[in-house]
Amino acid sequence: MKAAAAGYVRANDLSHAISLLAASEGQARVLAGGQSLIASLNLRLAGETALIDINGVTELCGIALDGDVLRIGALTRHRELATSDLVARHAPAISQAAPLIAHAAIRNRGTIGGSLAYADPAAELPACMIALDATIVVQGPAGRRGVRATDFFIDLFTTDLGEDEMIVAIEVPACAPGERQVTMELARRSGDYALAGIVLVRRENGARVAFFGVGPTAVLARAAMAVIDREGSPDEAAAVLDQDIQPLDDVHAPASVRLHLARVLLRRALNATLAAEVGHV
Amino acid sequence: MSDIAGFPTKVDISLTVNGERVEARVDVARHLVDFLRLDLGLSGSHAGCEHGVCGACTLQVNGEVVRGCLTLAAQLDGAEVWTVEGLTDTGSLADLQAAFVSRNALQCGFCTPGMLFAAADVLASGKVPSRAEIREHISGNYCRCTGYEAVVDAIETVARSRAGGGEASA
Repeated sequence: MKAAAAGYVRANDLSHAISLLAASEGQARVLAGGQSLIASLNLRLAGETALIDINGVTELCGIALDGDVLRIGALTRHRELATSDLVARHAPAISQAAPLIAHAAIRNRGTIGGSLAYADPAAELPACMIALDATIVVQGPAGRRGVRATDFFIDLFTTDLGEDEMIVAIEVPACAPGERQVTMELARRSGDYALAGIVLVRRENGARVAFFGVGPTAVLARAAMAVIDREGSPDEAAAVLDQDIQPLDDVHAPASVRLHLARVLLRRALNATLAAEVGHV
Repeated sequence: MSDIAGFPTKVDISLTVNGERVEARVDVARHLVDFLRLDLGLSGSHAGCEHGVCGACTLQVNGEVVRGCLTLAAQLDGAEVWTVEGLTDTGSLADLQAAFVSRNALQCGFCTPGMLFAAADVLASGKVPSRAEIREHISGNYCRCTGYEAVVDAIETVARSRAGGGEASA
């Protein structure tokens, strides 16, 4: 189908983008990479919305290490996540996740901020944020605030973002010596949304496990994490996963298949961290 | 479509398409493929699914492959766009096109322009990709004919030929 859009403005800088967003009173959306937003405009799923194009806003670009925090600008493309040395060194889970996102032509345009704001439950990056205990930095007319990833994703395609706010950056605790991170997924076809996916982060103070594609949001698997932290086996951790995730039947797979795949991924990811070099698999 | 104050529904853009300067006033909902096909008469970029899945609209913007259906013409002020027509004229796809013909690497051909861009992209590094890497790279251009074995053959042949190995497997 052909897109519906009720108007378009190119933002010159961040304050311009935010003032446009505030002035639109909920009638405009931020256009970053557009790889989900333009698709939903074409499918007429996005309603009658105007667009604020932030692709020229340089303040939202760039990846930098600041002490023990890796700061990733919201406009960072998936391709940059996949090829950045800083991301590979300090957030290997994101580095491993990025090539799994869609296809090369999509990764050239799609952005981390866009993916997080869209909050697709089957997307890789929200799960990375939850497993890494990242902070999503958002800004609106009232100023800037940081939201813990676990508080940011509320429901299917629903986040803590206010109507007049946008994501400006992501702050990820940098991978510490000895820390291990793994992102894996199972999809029927390369580039498809995963039937199930996992992000496992093993830190000195405990494991964090997030799953995607198995519920209305990416989800932290707390019961499995507790088993891992008390040195339980991969099988024991997998056994309690039904306490953490309750997938629904859908056209792609019955719930029992997704739960099974999640268990397979958890065992594989745990075994990979046991065998892996520090931080990398 | 009601107007929202401060948000124009048409914007002026100035860009180059296949090396030629183009100035246009476009509806903000017009995506790049429709702009090329309907406004400029360049029908080589195909509009298939129009939600980024089929890859038939894949082309080059500012040197990178992108989905034409997921790019709005309004976003392209100052951009450099290359379509299959333009890269046919420059000859930069000539060896790939010849290999696609000699391998019969298509059935209906609807996917072919996008497939050529995906192929050119995987070969851009100058390395000879494995068949698995080629498959991974064209996985965003699958339609439904299943005729991809010959596409992989064609891309592999060109990769080897460009690397100086000649028609290694031909």
